[in-house]
Amino acid sequence: MSDLNTSMIEKYRSSFLKEVEANVEEGEWVKMCMQCGVCSGSCPLGKHWDHPPQEIFMMIRANKREEVLGSDSMWMCTSCYNCIARCPRGLPITHIMHGLAVYSKRLGLTPKKQPTAEFSQIFWDNLMKKGRVNELKLGLSMNFKDGFGEGVKNAMANQKLGQNMMKAKRMNPMEAFGGHGVKSPGDLQKIIKKAQEIEESKIQAAK
Amino acid sequence: MADDKKFAGYICTGCGIGDRLDASTLEQVATRDGKMQSCKQSEMLCGAEGVQMIKDDIANDSVTHVMIAACSRRAKVEAFNFTDVALTRANLREGVIWVRPDTDENTETTQEMADDYIRMACAELKAMNKPAPSGEQELNKNILVVGGGITGMTAALEAAAAGYPVHLVEKSGALGGAVGGYYKVIPTRSPYAEPAENPVPAMIETIEANDKITVHLHSTIAKTDGAPGRFSVELATESGSSQTLSIGAMVQASGWKPYDANQLPEFAYDKSADVVTNHELEALAVAANGGPIKRPSDGKEVKSVCFIQNAGQCSDKEGHLSYFSGVTDLISIKQAMYFKELNGDCDTTILFDNLRTPGAGGEDFYRAGQQAMVTFSKGIASEVVAGDSLTVKFQDKILNEETEMACDLVVLATGMEPNSGPDPYALLALEEIEDLDERAKKQEEIIAVAPPSILNLEYRQGTDLPHLKNGFTDSHFICFPYETRRTGIYAVGPVRRPMDIQQARDDATGGAMKAIQAAENAGKGRAAHPRSGDLSFPTFRKEGCTQCKRCTVECPFGAINEDEEGYPMYNESRCRRCGTCMGACPVRVISFENYSVNTVNEQIKNCEIPEEWDEKPRILVLACENDAYPALDQAAQAGVEVNPWARVVPIRCLGSVSLSWVTDALNSGYDGIVLMGCRRDDDYQCHFVRGSAMAAERMSKVGDTLESLNLEPERVELYEVAITDIQRAPQLINDMADTVEKIGLSPFKF
Ligand code: SF4
Ligand code: SF4
Ligand code: SF4
Ligand code: SF4
Repeated sequence: MSDLNTSMIEKYRSSFLKEVEANVEEGEWVKMCMQCGVCSGSCPLGKHWDHPPQEIFMMIRANKREEVLGSDSMWMCTSCYNCIARCPRGLPITHIMHGLAVYSKRLGLTPKKQPTAEFSQIFWDNLMKKGRVNELKLGLSMNFKDGFGEGVKNAMANQKLGQNMMKAKRMNPMEAFGGHGVKSPGDLQKIIKKAQEIEESKIQAAK
Repeated sequence: MADDKKFAGYICTGCGIGDRLDASTLEQVATRDGKMQSCKQSEMLCGAEGVQMIKDDIANDSVTHVMIAACSRRAKVEAFNFTDVALTRANLREGVIWVRPDTDENTETTQEMADDYIRMACAELKAMNKPAPSGEQELNKNILVVGGGITGMTAALEAAAAGYPVHLVEKSGALGGAVGGYYKVIPTRSPYAEPAENPVPAMIETIEANDKITVHLHSTIAKTDGAPGRFSVELATESGSSQTLSIGAMVQASGWKPYDANQLPEFAYDKSADVVTNHELEALAVAANGGPIKRPSDGKEVKSVCFIQNAGQCSDKEGHLSYFSGVTDLISIKQAMYFKELNGDCDTTILFDNLRTPGAGGEDFYRAGQQAMVTFSKGIASEVVAGDSLTVKFQDKILNEETEMACDLVVLATGMEPNSGPDPYALLALEEIEDLDERAKKQEEIIAVAPPSILNLEYRQGTDLPHLKNGFTDSHFICFPYETRRTGIYAVGPVRRPMDIQQARDDATGGAMKAIQAAENAGKGRAAHPRSGDLSFPTFRKEGCTQCKRCTVECPFGAINEDEEGYPMYNESRCRRCGTCMGACPVRVISFENYSVNTVNEQIKNCEIPEEWDEKPRILVLACENDAYPALDQAAQAGVEVNPWARVVPIRCLGSVSLSWVTDALNSGYDGIVLMGCRRDDDYQCHFVRGSAMAAERMSKVGDTLESLNLEPERVELYEVAITDIQRAPQLINDMADTVEKIGLSPFKF
C-alpha cells in the first residue's frame, strides 16, 4: 500500500492496530480509547495538529497506516501531560505519541523537515558527543541546520535570546572550545550502543 | 349502628400547640360545636401515656369515633394506629401554628384557624362509619404466571420459594422464551469480562423439579373472570381441551418480540441473507456448535463482521421505534465477543452513535470488548450494499468523513417490542365518535392490527392491561413499578419496558412479591397500594343510580363491571379506593364508610364563614393526600407561611372531587377554591394513574357553574402539584388570597 487511499477491503481492519501494539511504546492502549475527545480538548497545541490524539487513535483503528505514520501530528506533542491527567480511560497518550513518532522515524516515514524531528536528532547527536548538552553548539546547529544563509538570518533573529541566555548563565561562550561533558564519554557511548543493540534485537524478534 | 357510635376528641398541647393556641377554647369548640361526647387534653398525645389513654377509652368506654387534634395526619401514624375505629385528625401543628407567625396581631386569626380545623374534623367524623371488610373473597394463595420466559420462570420460582403454589402458563411447547435460544448472555457478575452461560436450561430443570409449580405448555388464557382473591381463569390448550383455575393474583410476563427488520430496506435486510438481526445472530452462534460462526448465504466462515447500532430504533423515521431498547449496545458487545471467541482473527467493528452500557457491569463489559480487540467506531451507517461481500456505507463521526467498509456479515442491533395484549382503551375511545358508520370503520381498523388478547379479562374496560406508550403496559413507573391499572395483575419484564435479563429477573421477583401481597390483601379485604390496608370500599345506592355508567367508565382500574341493566357491579378487591367513581357520580350515590361526598361536604360546611363586614375571606383548598398535602406539610416544617384565610381539606385523589363540593362551597360563601392534584400527562405522577386527569376533565365544566352563579372564573383554580413543590404549594394558596383581595369578597356570604 503505497498510496494514502487505503483500499476499501482494508478499511477498519485491525492489522495496523496490531502492528502498533507490537511496535509502539504503550501501543496496546490504543484499542481502549473510548473516543470521548477529552485529550484533544485538553491539548494546548491540539488546534494546530492535523489530527489530535483522539483522531490518531481512531485512524489507527480505521487502518490508516500511511496517514498516521506519515503524519506530522505526534511530533507536535510537547509532553505537557495534560491529556494523560485527564483521559478517563487512563491512556498514556503522551507516551503513545512519542512511541508513534519513534516508530515512524524508524520506518523512515517522518515528513521531511519536520522541525521537532530535526531538533530531536540534533539534540541527540549533540548529547552523545560528551554526555552533556552543549547549549551553544545546540543553538548554533539549530540556527544553521538549513544552510549558511538561513543560519545567519536565524542567528540575527535570535541574537537577543542568545545574549539573555548568557546573562542568565544558561549559555557559556566558552563552550565553543570543547565544552563540558561526563567523566568518560566513551563509556557512555558504549552503554548507549549496547542499549541500542538490545532494542534492535527486540524489534527484529517482534517481526 | 348509629346508636353504637361514641365520639371522643383528643387535643394535644405538645410541640408548641399549647403555647400558641388556647386549648380550653379548642376543647369547647370540640364539645360544643363539634359535639364530641368527651374531649381530653394531653401534653404529648403521641407518647405512651397519651396513646394508652385513647386505647383505654376505646376498650373501656366503647369509643368508636376518634378525633385527634395534633400534628398532621401524615405524622405519628404508627402511634395513632387504632384498629376498629373511625379516625380523623385535625392538623393544628403543620396546618396552623407552623404556617402562621407568632405575633400578637396574628393570635386571633391563628386561633380561628385552629377552631375551624377542629370543627371540620368533628363534622367529618360524624359523617364517617367504622370501615369493615366486605368478606367478598377468601384467601386464595394460587399465583398464575403468564409467560414461560426468563421473567415468567423467575416469577414462578420466587413465588414458589415463598411458599405459594404457582401455575405457569406458556403458549409454546417449551419453557425458555426469547432467551432460551441464546448462545450466551450478558454477564451479571464481576468481573463482567466475558459473555456468561445461558441460565435458561438450569432454570427449566429447577422448575420441573419444583412440586409447587404446575407448568401448562401449549396453553393460553381463554377467559379471566373475577377479581384478586377470586380470579377464575380458563386455560385453553392447543389440543382443544380446557381447564379452569382458581387464582389469587397474577403476574403477566408475556415478554417481547424482535422488531421486524423488513422495515429496514436501506440495510439490505430483505436482499441479503448475510444481513441478520441481533436476535437471529444468536441462532447462528448456537448453530456453529463451538466452531466458527458461518455466514448464512454460503456457509463461509465469517472473517469480518460489522454491527450497526440503533438499527430502526431511537429514530423518528416512519416505521422505526422511537425509543431505545436499553440493552442492545450490551448485546452487540456480547455478540462481537462471540466472534473473538469462535472465529479467531475476525475483524469485528461496532458502528455506534451513542454507546450506552447501563447496569453495574456495563462499563467493565465495554472495556472487556475493547480489550478483546473489538473496534468501536463512532459512525452512522446509511446503507448496506448487498453483494458477495457486503459494503457498509457510513459516516465516521470522529474522522468526519463519508466512508465505507467491506465485511462478510452485518448484524443489525434492532430493538425490542412489547408482547402486550390489545389496548383496552383503543376501542373504548371510539365511543366518543357519534357517527356510527365511522365508529364501526375505525373499530375495524383497530381490530385488524390488534394483537391477540393475552388475559381475556371479562372486565367492563376491556380484555387486557392498558398501555402507556409504544404499546408497553402502563405501570406506575415512578412510584410503584410493577403496579398496573388492573389490581392484582402485575406486569413484569420487557412487556413493561425494554430491559435486560438481570433487570427482568429483578422485576419478576418484585412482581411475584406484589402478587403474593395482593392475594393476601384480598383475603383480608384490604386495599393494595397506595392505600394499603384500607378496609373501606365503595358502595352505591341502587335506588338513586341512573345507570349513567360514568363510574364504570372512569374507574382507572377497571374495577367496576356492569350488570345487564347497566347498574355498576363493584369488585372490591380490584378497587384501589381512589374515589374517582365517587367524584364521577352525578347523583352522588357512591360512598365509602370513611370517605364520602358527605364527609367532605360536612367539613366544607362546618368551617365558619365570617360575615362580609369582618373582611375575613375564606379559601378552600382541596389537596391530594399523596403529593400536595405532604408538600404543604413539608413547607410548614420549613416555615413557609400560609395565608390565614386558607382551610385545607385532604382528599384521596383529585379524581374523587365531586363537582358538588365546589358548587356548595361557592354557594356557602367561600371566596376562592384551590384544587391540588398530581401531574396527569404521559409522565403522570397520580398515584391512581388517571384520577387527576379525570378530575381535570370534570373540572373543565366548573366555568359554567361559576358563570351561572355570576362569579369570576379566577375564584376556582386547579393545579398540578408535586411532592417537591415546597415553596410553590403554599404560594398557590397565597396567590388565591391575592386574587380574592383584588376581585373582592364573594357575594354569597350570609
Ligand atoms: S481522552 Fe482518552 S479516551 Fe478520551 S479520546 Fe482521548 S485517549 Fe480516548
Ligand atoms: S502531552 Fe502532548 S498530546 Fe498530551 S496534551 Fe500535552 S502536548 Fe498534547
Ligand atoms: S374507588 Fe377508584 S378504584 Fe375503586 S371502584 Fe371507585 S374509581 Fe375504581
Ligand atoms: S356514576 Fe352513579 S349514577 Fe352513574 S352508574 Fe355509577 S352509581 Fe349509577
